[in-house]
Amino acid sequence: MHQTEAGYQEIAHTADWALQVWAPDLAGLLVQSARGMIDLLDVQLAASPRLEQLLHLEAPDRESLLVAFLTEILYFNEHDRMSFDAFQVSLDGLQLEARLWGAPILAQRKEIKAVTYHQLHIQESDSALETTLVFDV
Amino acid sequence: MSLSLSAFTQHGDYLWELPAGTRPDQRVAVRFVASRPMLQAALADLAVEQALNAAALPGLAGPVMIMPDVHQGYGFPIGGVAAMRYPEGLISPGAIGYDINCGVRLLASSVNLAAAEPVLGKLAAALDNACPSGVGVKGGRRLTEAELAAVCRQGAAWAVKQGLGSSADLRRAEDGGTLEGADPTQLSERARERGREQLGTVGSGNHFVEVGVVTEILDEGAARVLGLFPDCLTLMIHCGSRGLGHQVCTDFVHDFQSAAGRGGYLPRDRELVSARLDSAAGQAYLGAMRAAANFAYCNRQILAQQARQAFEQILAGRVRHVELQPVYDVTHNMGKIETHFIADEKVRVCVHRKGATRAFGPGAPDLPEDYRQLGQPVLVPGSMGTESWVLVGQAESMALTYGSCCHGAGRVMSRSEAKRSVNGARLQQELAGRGIQLRAGSLSGLAEEAPAAYKDVGQVVETVIGAGLARPVARLRPVAVIKG
Repeated sequence: MHQTEAGYQEIAHTADWALQVWAPDLAGLLVQSARGMIDLLDVQLAASPRLEQLLHLEAPDRESLLVAFLTEILYFNEHDRMSFDAFQVSLDGLQLEARLWGAPILAQRKEIKAVTYHQLHIQESDSALETTLVFDV
Repeated sequence: MSLSLSAFTQHGDYLWELPAGTRPDQRVAVRFVASRPMLQAALADLAVEQALNAAALPGLAGPVMIMPDVHQGYGFPIGGVAAMRYPEGLISPGAIGYDINCGVRLLASSVNLAAAEPVLGKLAAALDNACPSGVGVKGGRRLTEAELAAVCRQGAAWAVKQGLGSSADLRRAEDGGTLEGADPTQLSERARERGREQLGTVGSGNHFVEVGVVTEILDEGAARVLGLFPDCLTLMIHCGSRGLGHQVCTDFVHDFQSAAGRGGYLPRDRELVSARLDSAAGQAYLGAMRAAANFAYCNRQILAQQARQAFEQILAGRVRHVELQPVYDVTHNMGKIETHFIADEKVRVCVHRKGATRAFGPGAPDLPEDYRQLGQPVLVPGSMGTESWVLVGQAESMALTYGSCCHGAGRVMSRSEAKRSVNGARLQQELAGRGIQLRAGSLSGLAEEAPAAYKDVGQVVETVIGAGLARPVARLRPVAVIKG
């Protein structure tokens, strides 16, 4: 049992980084996963300007949607040097629309090469969704 | 599936087997090159389960082989080698890895450590400046679309044509620094965009530039041919295909999932999703992977040239000959079409090596003429505080491991545990006390890469020598390290 309704925690992985993530629903799981991944990247955002990014994604299954969502955030991180601290995710089946708010990156200590599918399986219990994410670093 | 040592069949001191059928879905055996304690240690994480997942893939021509620097990765374990029948077998981007052609290049000099020691700090600073490393770094050029395509087709040869190196650099590299069959048209726009400004950069994580000194020669004749002399400086570069390669793997793992979902083969671990090598999807990935591999070869070539300039800048006037001559350039994460004898049958296969080095034995036609009698150089970096090794591949590697060997020490401690148990600032001081100049992007990143997080490279090397995969030529000690 987790002490919070939604959240994430780093779990041991010999070479890479792994997160356990949980939330009451898929939208929440996507947001918690994004927060956890950005936490691992150890980014410091500029106070201004505030930036907004819209995302439209579709995937054949929930796990692929999660990987695609996080991969988009990584791309903005590397290519546009921006990251996010607020998220609004809405889902229509496996179609995602998201608004991400953030700012330019002032400093970043870590880098993630990719979000993997390794052991990726979104499990359901009566009241929550939970998964493990492994990132190649 | 939890296994103990008793599940393994032992063949000699350094070879252990999990026969086909150990797990019901397993199609071929999994063989570990390891000493008993190393195998015991490998049972502590998910490496064995990941190897069994790979052994369940269809199209394998022989056993899945695991090197002694094995540890848990994603999909296929680090240190894994699998041979897929060509062209009807599979190719798995996740079993090759995101950092396509992550590899190591070694250069050697005739600069004596004693002559360079007073300026080692300056040399480390100059290398740090010349070889951009760390998060979000860009190289000194933004490639046009045509230049990027040329880099991805020509590899290191592109850099040499720009005056950044010599033909000797190409001779002394796996594939001559250019992997044939690259198809840059298979790169997504995003992959091309990510690569455009990253040529000539090291990256972060476990990538590094390291100045070493030759502390021991174990085979004088071979060392002379390789250009390694006692007490002389070396330079080692560990990096890969940067964001371009990461994006290629991301794109194809994603695309292959969709195909698998539409009735294709869905492996137990989705990271091992694959396509038949003779399918359009398989050929597209092969072309893109080779393009990324060439980007990586070119990246290490340019970094080597930038490092040469740093050596020149600091050491010219102090020593007579500053030149850094190429020893060899090896790849770690690759899928290569090769011919091997498997169960007495000559078979064309796509050898997936993930965190493993090709280690062809003497006589292999792909080797440079002056190395052909020796066998392929195998470069085994330790960690930033420990020795590295130069070996040469032996005939047994062709018989046992599809011409493969270890690629490093291999991690033994998780990054989170290393962060908890190692103080980056203290580690930096400790290494300085041992005469190792260190430049690091972040202290927490340094802690994650601490020597304590890695296996004893000496034991890994002893194992591959004991198993007959390689023989030792020289031992190197780090004196200056630039970490991303």
